Amino acid sequence: MSPAADRAGGGGPLLEVRELRKYFPVHGGILNRTVAWVQAVDDIDLAVLPGEVLGIVGESGCGKSTTARLLMHLIRADAGRIDFDGEPVHPDDAAGLRELRRQMQMVFQDSYSSLNPRLPIEDTIMFGPKVHGVSSAEARERARELFSLVGLDPAQFIRRYPHELSGGQRQRVNIARALALEPRLLILDEAVSALDKSVEAQVLNLLLTLRRELGLTYIFISHDLNVVQYMSDRVLVMYLGKVVEIGPTTEIYRRMQHPYTEALLSAMPSMDPDRRTETPPLVGDPPNPIDPPPGCRFHTRCRFAEDVCRRAEPRLGPAAGQDMAGGADHLVACHMRVAGSGHSQAAA
Amino acid sequence: MADAMPAPVVRAEDVAVRFTGRDATVNAVNGVSFTLDPGEVLCILGESGSGKSVTLRALMRLLPPRRAQLEGRIEIGGRNVLEMSGRALADLRGTEVGMIFQEPMVAFDPVYTVGRQIAETVIRHEGVSREEARRRAIDLLDRVRIPSPERRLRAYPHELSGGMRQRAMIALALCCNPSLLLADEPTTALDATVQIQILLLLRELQRELGMAVIFVTHDVGVAVEIADRIAVMYGGRFVETGPVREIMGNPRHPYTQGLLASTVHASSRGKALEAIPGSPPDMTQLPPGCAFAPRCRFAEPRCEAPPPEFQLTPQHMVRCIRAE
Repeated sequence: MSPAADRAGGGGPLLEVRELRKYFPVHGGILNRTVAWVQAVDDIDLAVLPGEVLGIVGESGCGKSTTARLLMHLIRADAGRIDFDGEPVHPDDAAGLRELRRQMQMVFQDSYSSLNPRLPIEDTIMFGPKVHGVSSAEARERARELFSLVGLDPAQFIRRYPHELSGGQRQRVNIARALALEPRLLILDEAVSALDKSVEAQVLNLLLTLRRELGLTYIFISHDLNVVQYMSDRVLVMYLGKVVEIGPTTEIYRRMQHPYTEALLSAMPSMDPDRRTETPPLVGDPPNPIDPPPGCRFHTRCRFAEDVCRRAEPRLGPAAGQDMAGGADHLVACHMRVAGSGHSQAAA
Repeated sequence: MADAMPAPVVRAEDVAVRFTGRDATVNAVNGVSFTLDPGEVLCILGESGSGKSVTLRALMRLLPPRRAQLEGRIEIGGRNVLEMSGRALADLRGTEVGMIFQEPMVAFDPVYTVGRQIAETVIRHEGVSREEARRRAIDLLDRVRIPSPERRLRAYPHELSGGMRQRAMIALALCCNPSLLLADEPTTALDATVQIQILLLLRELQRELGMAVIFVTHDVGVAVEIADRIAVMYGGRFVETGPVREIMGNPRHPYTQGLLASTVHASSRGKALEAIPGSPPDMTQLPPGCAFAPRCRFAEPRCEAPPPEFQLTPQHMVRCIRAE
């Protein structure tokens, strides 16, 4: 079971997304007309390199789950371009989408709702391969291999129903289901968030082992910043439908440049009773993604906000100490980091 | 503190809760004993199904009386809760004891404004005039840092954001100056930047009002931010209790050690996590001995008998034979 070779070759990204956008209409009034739009994902760019783990963090309503669903083509994007393995994906090309979903699979937070309650878990795992033309006997054989791979004894578990498993075991089954088609990219959307800590650690260890053994690439979405730091090679921070910062994990956690990233990280509860948090890094709730603030979307909660932040939207650019020509890998969207932006803290 | 010991706010002795259903009996809580001093913050830390929320609800007799069998002895403010009449219980809830939940919509009636519900509660418990109750409600919303409280009084619960709703629920719980606040995972559903605001608010109000708090959580970080004392719960029992520094710095129960080791933190990167094998116990079929033994790497034949409590220091208790 080894994933297909890189068609693009030459170290190009496995998945590349440009100007991806999704607005959801909000209906209201007696005629039920569209009265507003939720700007769930607004012109985001991202690239995932083969074999890496890209973490996506942000609070509820920031668009991280919508991004995952757009990448899987579970919902249709309003605009933007998605390239998988160097080839553009066309949303109307059914055969192409089916092939894409073979190569790219998703594991959801709710381990129960993604398994058919009326089928033994073995049948659920065999379902995908059979749809893709694998014989029953072969699919059954593969299901057994997958059970062993995710640490469930096939003899003991294979004929069980989802309700007969614990949450951690069900999530292992979901990982096995996602791996059944030998995908190259797994999107893990809050895949460990519902698990107890003692079980979460088991599943995280499993994910890292599988990645190493099968050469998988992950997009790891979570609200838990400790878990993202543990899992990811690079981290992307989202706020109200925008990418505010992206970079290598150590850069993001040690030399973060966006005030929102900084606030998010300092909002993590302390693990040391002698160093408790004394002041909250931000005041108030994240604003509603319906009609988000103009300019920089974070300006309403940012202690550095100035006139320019309310007026102009900052673009994603190289972080301080990095330059585009040198292949900058740490990018940030903040006027303070753009020379001559008009912000008093920016370089002239 | 030096003179006569203050009477504890809560004294629980051998509290046990069993849920009886058609096919199975769930032994949710199996002998929990503790005392809580005035102004003390106790965190009950445990995973799902450990019995932490049931313990909290048992203190207020909030469990369905037909299905839940409650045993043991519970005293709040020196009075026996298990012998109280419905009326006395209703007076206790709300005046002496406030309660907040994970989901604020549980605490509020969706068809009345926030202001009206807070004012009603004040009137119900203190018999003040409507005008006085309204003033108190404004004052309370202000105290939980809700901006423009007069306007918010007229808001319905669904019109508030998640963090605001949580603040309003805290205001409702505090409206009669309780000496004890029971908090059941009140920050779990909140975003990180909002969670820390609510935790700091609770810490501040607790200090200001001198309340005792029992705070139930599954999150070690949250417990560290708020607790004076932590009780680690597993299989319906407190397996270790101690001051927060002791529990974090010198955990002695193998489950506490495993829980702390498997909690991902900044320095875990690049290392395999020390996960606890197996899954939490089935509460319908608990072993008679130590509930953690099937997952414990130190388990031995003696663990098949119920483990006794060992008092390592007057404050630090552990329920494991290895502490001998």
